[in-house]
Amino acid sequence: MKTAALTQPILIVTALVTLALFALFSGLDPVLLAVSIIIAAQPLLLAALGEMVVEKSGVLNLGVEGMMIIGAICGFAAAVETGSPALGFLAGATGGAALALIFGLLTQYLLSNQVATGLALTLFGLGLAALIGQSYAGIKPPPFPKLDLPGLSDIPVIGPLFFSHDAMVYIALALVIGVWLFLGRSRPGLILRAVGENHDAAHSLGYNVILIRLAAIAFGGALAGLGGAYLSLVRVPQWNEGMTAGAGWIALAIVVFGAWRPWRVMLGAYLFGGVTILQLNLQAANLTPLWLLAFGFFLFAIWRTLTSRRPLELLGLWLATVLTAAIAAKYPISIQSQYLSMTPYLVTIIVLVVMSADRLAANLNAPASLGRVFHKTG
Amino acid sequence: MLILEPRATTPRWLTVLTPVMAVIATMIAGGILFAILGKNPVEAIRIIFLDPLLDPYSRTEILVKAAPLILIAIGLSLGFRAGVWNIGAEGQFILGALAGGATGLAFYPVEGIWLLPLMTVAGALGGFLWAMIPAILKIRFGANEILVSLMLVYVAILLLSALVSGPLRDPDGFNFPESRQFHNAASLPILIEGSRVHAGVLVALGAVIAAYVILQRHMLGFRIKLTGQAPRAARFAGVSQNVIIAICLGISGALAGMAGLFEASGPVGQLVPALPAGYGFTAIIVAFLGRLHPVGILLAGLVMALTYIGGETAQLMLRIPSAAISVFQGMLLFFLLAVDVLTGFRLRWVGRTSA
Repeated sequence: MKTAALTQPILIVTALVTLALFALFSGLDPVLLAVSIIIAAQPLLLAALGEMVVEKSGVLNLGVEGMMIIGAICGFAAAVETGSPALGFLAGATGGAALALIFGLLTQYLLSNQVATGLALTLFGLGLAALIGQSYAGIKPPPFPKLDLPGLSDIPVIGPLFFSHDAMVYIALALVIGVWLFLGRSRPGLILRAVGENHDAAHSLGYNVILIRLAAIAFGGALAGLGGAYLSLVRVPQWNEGMTAGAGWIALAIVVFGAWRPWRVMLGAYLFGGVTILQLNLQAANLTPLWLLAFGFFLFAIWRTLTSRRPLELLGLWLATVLTAAIAAKYPISIQSQYLSMTPYLVTIIVLVVMSADRLAANLNAPASLGRVFHKTG
Repeated sequence: MLILEPRATTPRWLTVLTPVMAVIATMIAGGILFAILGKNPVEAIRIIFLDPLLDPYSRTEILVKAAPLILIAIGLSLGFRAGVWNIGAEGQFILGALAGGATGLAFYPVEGIWLLPLMTVAGALGGFLWAMIPAILKIRFGANEILVSLMLVYVAILLLSALVSGPLRDPDGFNFPESRQFHNAASLPILIEGSRVHAGVLVALGAVIAAYVILQRHMLGFRIKLTGQAPRAARFAGVSQNVIIAICLGISGALAGMAGLFEASGPVGQLVPALPAGYGFTAIIVAFLGRLHPVGILLAGLVMALTYIGGETAQLMLRIPSAAISVFQGMLLFFLLAVDVLTGFRLRWVGRTSA
């Protein structure tokens, strides 16, 4: 079916257009909305990209949340002490990598269970970050400047959307390209994937499985640390205890959503960034969740229209869409903000379910040795 | 050089010794941490590990803290043995407190001895149903139970916050986001006069015994262990993995829910947003520290409660930040996982071998 291939792009474009219209109608600037989505997506993108490389090497590090929060406080502290956000990002990456190496030491040399060790990393990281961060609450970090390109940045719409971000946005993009080239187009990347697919075979070929995995783990930690530092230096920008609020876990889900492919991981990060920002704006605009439901029906109806041939089902779906929208317009019942704050977590669950339901597609690209312990004696 | 050599069997004394080694290593590393913070390490360790044992009131407080930890960890250990990773006990704890607490509030101010059992059942059911979400999504769609159960923790925290500032808010509470205080019939009876030791401690003890019987003497325990150690063999033996997933998540959810209710209707006395104190996560450490064995968990829960109580004293007396105690507990899990290698492998010194 030709339409099947087009379904995804059509859905994404419709969703984006509807969101832009929604923004216009509720008096928000769609460009500003898009920019805030880009900023919200960066921490997730960095952490998920790093974790993807780790998982490609056959290691499941569930400590992303811990590494992120350590990156957040290390970056914040370094930036405040030195006055340089760039040094802050460096410190964040170093902190994340250092914590990741504890995980590497335990899982690779002491052969500990990866799930348990990852959890330990998160618990330990959250505590340690709170300990370090005690004297940093309520301080403003030095501002991280945007890289304005003369001329290009001044173009309306295009300028703020593409040419007026801070350096980390471009670095993250470069990292996506770099990881994509590394994994798919380079020999070391091939070796890393071989280690992740079958560590015994890679070992027989003379590759140092443990060293390669340690390198991947450190890289993943550094990226998670960068993501955390972006959170505390740019996105919020402030230090709060427990400020990652599950971002590390969402990054893990994004890796599943991205099916271990760099570009899809990036798409996933932007999607979740979008959900977060939208949810915040809904809270601000006091919009009712009925509109959200109507929006969900709308997208579902479009999807079924593209793929289904049953007119009765389609009629029902479109009717439901119009009906929900009508009710939403007639009865503007507001709900407590807490329910809207649940959306990123609920969306994560829905995404996991949808991705996992298609088992064949989901597992096709998953590393075969993921989470298995390697010891030379086998 | 030093190499690791797989062991054929693990000596019994070693399974007991490794957690003790981990605790000692944590004390040393913790001492270093406190020294870095500029505190007297020997005094800090003494306040955390010894002083609570000498004071009668602190001893009862250890029981109060240990009860929810043990109750949750017992449930988690069943799943961990089967390779079912329920990380969302914190969420099930909250839902248990909500479901049971709401039941108690609904019957305000009716008195009757039937109310507490009803609340307990409701609490267990709340936790059970919350845990069934990851179970069903895992069984039906293969969704990762770690991530789903964890996401539900955040949802549960928000739900608690929404309900206590909405439908469950105290009508005479000046709009504070907290529920009414539980009335007499909805509060757990105190077992020891002058302390906060409540009936939940007995239930935790009962759970330990029940888990011991299930694991050692019952077919279900055998199936759970088999699924974890040899999933293929389990499948050939006709053990349905889906049933094991549902049972493990269900039991741990119900126990966590009960623990949540006991916490709400016992020491806390009402539903407040600050109810979840991280027991669901600390219980993971307790389960591992107890080597996933019921008796081990009983002891581990007491040790962990000791660090909580001692940690609180240390905060007051030495001005040690509360976060230092979480670091301490995280380190404990690290050391535990590190020394665990000794149960599966033995260290051996060999000369340079030619490959």
